[in-house]
Amino acid sequence: MDEELEGFRRDTAAWLEANCPAAMRQPVESERDVCWGGRKARFSSDDQRLWLERMADRGWTVPEWPKIYGGGGLSRDEHKILQQEMRRLGCRPPLSSFGIWMLGPALLKYGNEAQKLDHLPKIARGEIRWCQGYSEPGAGSDLASLRTSAILQADGCFLVNGEKVWTSYADKADWIFCLVRTDPAAAKHLGISFLLFDMASPGVSTSPIRLISGYSPFCQTFFDNVRVPQENLVGAPGKGWDIAKYLLTHEREMIGGMDMASAGRDSMHQLAKTAIGTDSEGRLNDSLLRADIARHEMNALAFALTLERVKDEARAGQGVGALSSMLKYYGTELNKERQELLMSFAGSDSLMWEGPDSHDGDMAKSWLRSRANSIEGGTSEVQLNIIAKRVLQLPGA
Amino acid sequence: MALVLNDEQRMVKDSADGFFAEHAPVAQLRKLRDSNSADGFDRALWAKMADMGFTGVAIPESHGGTGLGMVAAGLIQEAIGRNLSLSPFLSSAIVAATAITRGGSPEQKAALLPQMAAASRIVALAADERPRHAPAHVETRAEASGNGFRLTGAKRFVLDGHVADRLIVSARTSGEAGDTDGITLFLVDPNAAGVSIERRRMVDSRNVAAITFDDVQVDGADMLGAPGEGHAILEAALDAGRACLAAEMLGVSAQSFDSTVDYLRSREQFGRKIGSFQALQHRAAHLFCEVELARSATLKALTALDEGSDRAAFYVSLAKAKAGDVAKLATNEAVQMHGGIGMTDEFDIGFYMKRARAAGETFGDSAFHGDRMARMMRY
Ligand SMILES: Cc1cc2nc3c(=O)[nH]c(=O)nc-3n(C[C@H](O)[C@H](O)[C@H](O)COP(=O)(O)OP(=O)(O)OC[C@H]3O[C@@H](n4cnc5c(N)ncnc54)[C@H](O)[C@@H]3O)c2cc1C
Repeated sequence: MDEELEGFRRDTAAWLEANCPAAMRQPVESERDVCWGGRKARFSSDDQRLWLERMADRGWTVPEWPKIYGGGGLSRDEHKILQQEMRRLGCRPPLSSFGIWMLGPALLKYGNEAQKLDHLPKIARGEIRWCQGYSEPGAGSDLASLRTSAILQADGCFLVNGEKVWTSYADKADWIFCLVRTDPAAAKHLGISFLLFDMASPGVSTSPIRLISGYSPFCQTFFDNVRVPQENLVGAPGKGWDIAKYLLTHEREMIGGMDMASAGRDSMHQLAKTAIGTDSEGRLNDSLLRADIARHEMNALAFALTLERVKDEARAGQGVGALSSMLKYYGTELNKERQELLMSFAGSDSLMWEGPDSHDGDMAKSWLRSRANSIEGGTSEVQLNIIAKRVLQLPGA
Repeated sequence: MALVLNDEQRMVKDSADGFFAEHAPVAQLRKLRDSNSADGFDRALWAKMADMGFTGVAIPESHGGTGLGMVAAGLIQEAIGRNLSLSPFLSSAIVAATAITRGGSPEQKAALLPQMAAASRIVALAADERPRHAPAHVETRAEASGNGFRLTGAKRFVLDGHVADRLIVSARTSGEAGDTDGITLFLVDPNAAGVSIERRRMVDSRNVAAITFDDVQVDGADMLGAPGEGHAILEAALDAGRACLAAEMLGVSAQSFDSTVDYLRSREQFGRKIGSFQALQHRAAHLFCEVELARSATLKALTALDEGSDRAAFYVSLAKAKAGDVAKLATNEAVQMHGGIGMTDEFDIGFYMKRARAAGETFGDSAFHGDRMARMMRY
């Protein structure tokens, strides 16, 4: 077994070495370096496109998905090795997508065979880009109070009407997975269904919202008599809430873990040394910042080890479960702290928005973007509520 | 190695959890304290720990131990932390045993380790000279004399020094206080002429000794390791102890946390359970995350020691610092969330807070280890 895995490691390393273009081994500096795929995909370079194609051909954009759905069919151990080897060589993720992180796992668990065969391979190849239609103006943390309605018509189509908000990349996405109310008479959590549809359907419109970072990654999304075939319902009508929650656990682990991936990118003390300088003993010239950085790195490391342990325990069939809220809460708070520290030791350089050496304001924009980490995918307060209720079984208010 | 327990380690955990809860619960600590026990622990318990094989975890099978290693040692120490069980496990079975295993000559190992594994001999490390841990700060001098040395100096905070059958003493054979070179370790008989030992009781009801050495004659054969090269052995022994202290503090944290959550579920005010107040729920949920982080860091440190990883010292500092911070938070939150009863001597939670403070201080607090990590990362 171990020998087989070592063989897999050797082959994987050799393949990555031969197939990952040099430019795809540079650290991800900004949003431009991220490949999202989709019908409207704009690759920032030929290498980016090539890297996606090569990885998709092996099923390695979604290493653990079954091969019939476009995955690599790898075991968890093999997947861990692939990740380790990619990290060692500095390979960028070939594809980032809500389809991979969120919809895929939900479809694998709740979708019917036709839905899996239809949607999963297109996610794996980066052909279709998905967005998430959960939040509404009146339904944020209290998501189950959502009002967008989907009423089944005589012709077998749902008629969808309503408004979503904060829909990330709605204007760039091809399809949406959407929470809708199919039974207005049922109790709050029971009337909700999980529906998939094409953003090009007549009646769908989007309007970008500008963020404090200056970017407009998310939109208001309007549905005006959108017709959606009945087959696009995932699971049973009225059972959408279970699927929605299952998907959220994946989203939360992803958000919590993603910040760690970036935290590992370039150790912050390295950046601090360049920015601040060191004394004759090699210590940072600012002793209070040095202490802050040390404590942050301590927590970041302990958190990274926790991610590793949770995965190892899952592989061994042990562990607590229901930890996605912990990972989301702690990971995002850490990333926010990291961004504050990065800003601190860059001093006034960190404030530059335009002009020479501003890098298009990347640093300030990353800092601003990271404020959303503890809001998107369920706020920190909501995660703490979930831990208190589900894990600690504390009584309700 | 994956960060999970294997079957053997799970068995150790189950037996340690059961053993200390049954034979050495907090009530025993209270009894020993109230009777002002001269030993500060129960010798019958110590003998039972040997029967269980606990006292030999850090000692190789070839010298009478079980050789189970540091992850197993940590699981035992975690159970000790949950129950606040008193014994010379940390001082003798972990720290001293590691020093002798690492630095001892074949004769020294044969003479000491089997008896230490059998709990018939207690060996304590006399290293600290200042109130804040600084193992390289050694002023105690060893001057060559005849075929041996004469030791003069003062040591403090010697864990279980008052009951030790042998002492491992760090002394300077060259250089200045603060230098890592020039430190030599000696095995010293506590009954030798010129050794005076004074027991000191601490806030957590444990004992340490202040020991002075006044021109104490030590045989050359009682040098542990090579002359001037004691620092590496000392660090190895301390790191084993620090990792186990992290595990103990994890046990302290987990137990305080569990009691607190139980209390939140049962205590009523304003006509409802206090655990229904969101202000307390969020603090408990945050604490839950912190305890999980301390657990990961501790397991990593123990695993790295077992693997002989060259990053082991780094992970040990991470674990000691993180587990120390978390134990401080967990025990302080526990007292606060118990309200007035948390401040009473009759209630156990105060013992946990006292132990967290003392264990946090022992062999370097989180500032010491944060600084050590930063230096290892070169900043
Ligand atoms: C960058 C970004 C991207 C996003 N992308 C998407 C997306 O693609 N699709 C999508 O559907 N949604 C998306 N969202 C929306 C996100 O899920 C919501 O913003 C989030 O769930 C919070 O809802 P809200 O904004 O209505 O805040 P509110 O729910 O109004 O919360 C306001 C404040 O009240 C607190 N609060 C609320 N309820 C409680 C409670 N019970 N206990 C304690 N405190 C409470 C919150 O923690 C918060 O601090 C995105 C958000 C951001 C910032």
